[in-house]
Order: sequence, then C-alpha cells, then structure tokens
Amino acid sequence: MNNRTAGGAHNAKVMNRFALTKRLVAKLKRDEAVIGGIGNTNFDLWASGPEREQNFYMLGSMGLAIPIALGVAIAQPRRHVVALEGDGSLLMQLGCLGTVAMRAPRNLTMIVWDNGVYQITGAQPAATGSAVDLVAAARACGLANSHWAADEDDFDRLVEGALQGGPTLIAAKIDGEPGVGQTERDPVRIRAAFMKGLGVKP
Amino acid sequence: MPQDITWHGVIQATLKANDVRLITYVPDRVFTPLITSLHGDSDFTTFPCTREEEAVGINTGAWMGGMRSAVLMQTSGFGTIANALASLVVPSQIPLLMFVSERGVFGEFNLGQAMVCRTMRPVLDSLGIVHHTATRLDELEFIVDRSIRQAVATQAPVCFILSPLLTGGKVFRH
Repeated sequence: MNNRTAGGAHNAKVMNRFALTKRLVAKLKRDEAVIGGIGNTNFDLWASGPEREQNFYMLGSMGLAIPIALGVAIAQPRRHVVALEGDGSLLMQLGCLGTVAMRAPRNLTMIVWDNGVYQITGAQPAATGSAVDLVAAARACGLANSHWAADEDDFDRLVEGALQGGPTLIAAKIDGEPGVGQTERDPVRIRAAFMKGLGVKP
Repeated sequence: MPQDITWHGVIQATLKANDVRLITYVPDRVFTPLITSLHGDSDFTTFPCTREEEAVGINTGAWMGGMRSAVLMQTSGFGTIANALASLVVPSQIPLLMFVSERGVFGEFNLGQAMVCRTMRPVLDSLGIVHHTATRLDELEFIVDRSIRQAVATQAPVCFILSPLLTGGKVFRH
C-alpha cells in the first residue's frame, strides 16, 4: 500500500526553510555548533548570519552533515551541536540515524528540511515526496525523540526542548523557495573559522 | 622481535601514544583482533558505522572539535569514499587517519575484491593523499607514529594499507 500522506506528516504545515533557519539561530545562545548540509540548507544558514563563527558549511559530501555533527558532539560533549540536513541528503545516509541512536549523544539535534524533491538539481521527485516518512524512519532507527513540526510555533517549542538534551530529530515540511544566500566557497577558510569558533587550534 | 608483539598491538599502542581517542570502523575479518582490543580499552571510544563515508564524516567532525580519530575499513570500503575524500577531507585539510586492511592480493578468492583493490592506490594518488603499505612488523610503529605526526603537522590525510604480508590476510578455506 502506498501511503501518500506518509504517516503524520500530512498534519504538518508547509513552512519556509529560511524563516525556520532564522528562528533556530535566534534560539542559539550558548555558542552551539551548527553543521549545514549541502545546497540550499547551507545557503539559508549562511544568509541567517554569515558572521556566526560556530557554523560549518559542508560544500560537498552529500549526506554527511549528521555524521560530521555527531563527530563534533563526541569531541565536545559540553557544547550542543545542531545538524541541518535536506530530505534527499538524509535518504542517502539513512544508516547514520542508527549510529546516532546507538551512541545517543545528549548534545545533538538533527533538523531535516523535507520538500519531497531534490530541489537544487531541478526538483526531481525524492522518495520522501510519496513514500518515506523520515520521522517514522528515525523512530524505527531508535531515535524515539523524533517529531514533525506542526507549525512555526511548534518548531520553536521543539527546538527549545531539543537544546535541553537529546538526541532529537525535528522534521519540517518546507516549500519550494530557493536558498536565500550563497556560501563562501573556500573550504579551508570555512573549516578554520569553524574550529576557531569552537575554540580549537589545529 | 618477541613473540608477543603483534601488528594490532603495535597499532593500538601507537594510536594511544599519539592521543588518538576515537575509532570508527566498518567491520573486517582481518581487523577483528584490533577492533576487539580497542573495544576493551577505555582510553578509546570505539564504534561501528553503517558506511565508511559516514565514518569519514564523523572523524572530520571530531577533528574540528579537537579530538584525534582513526577509521578502520577494508579495501572494498575504501572504494566507497572517493567523494568524501575529494569534497570534504582533502579540500578542508583534515588529517584523517585511515587504516585499510588490504584485500584483493596474495591469494584473493573473490574477483570483486581483486577488482576494487586496483582502484585504491590510483584514487589515493590522484588526490595526492600520502599512503604507506605496511608489510613488516618491525617497521610498523615507525611508519604509523611518524605518519600520524606528519598528518597533524601538515593538516593532510594519510592512509595506512595493511598488507597480508603483515596481517596474514584472509585465507580461502575449503
């Protein structure tokens, strides 16, 4: 049976990624690290505050935002780490949800932007658009604290809860608006700035 | 060398001496004694990943967070990480420490392993990644210790290919 409403997701309001990214960043008061996944996820994170030193903008390696965030969370257990990832990217690396659940880092939050398409390459359909419920998948991977954000206020509430202790996965249905900004394209500068922001000397 | 010195013991001790504290891996038969020993050593955080590129991502994040780490994989696993190396590790100058148990040579019985093995060194060479093939127990500590120091000092990844000449490899048995 093809469940086109994908479990629970049908109750979620379609929101805007840049608006939600700004709402997230506004909640970050303790120099939390943020790992932005490839493409529009990154672009909106950049546009939300390019001067923010604790942001890492992943330029390639599609699907690795959550694994990178897990590594930061293990290395710095007293700092909260947020991974921002697209639905197509997460589909590429679903197994990482099981790894996160197995390690169960309290200082990790995963936020998934789900528009059901590979937006940046021309909006080709992703399996999330018709078949896969990523919150149900995350729960099945062992991440009991996984939720769809029903609307903007619910997103805020879920983020506040997640920052108190996780691991937590928050998924949001988003519209087809493109990313607002464009990240710098200098990987060494991005990496060095991020490490400085985390207080690490290479 | 004394009989009680093993390749896996040397690697574990050398990792510890260089403050490598996180080990990610995708399992491999040859690595079993090393993995088992690392799991039992509280100086290391050791856990399996679902894919090798996932492990590469975790180790990259750990480095940026100030923790040294290494990833263990077999030759076929290396065959899956070219993009993570080319688009994340190399351009970001991450001193990723990779240990690969070499399949595909010296009596390999699986054609797929023999084929993917041929891609490993060309991929490393094309990305300019330093790699060493360890064949002798008496050279192992020197190779691993000096190369970790170089990787960190030059902010560049390094790949240790552990030959069946060192580990015994995986042998086909009827």
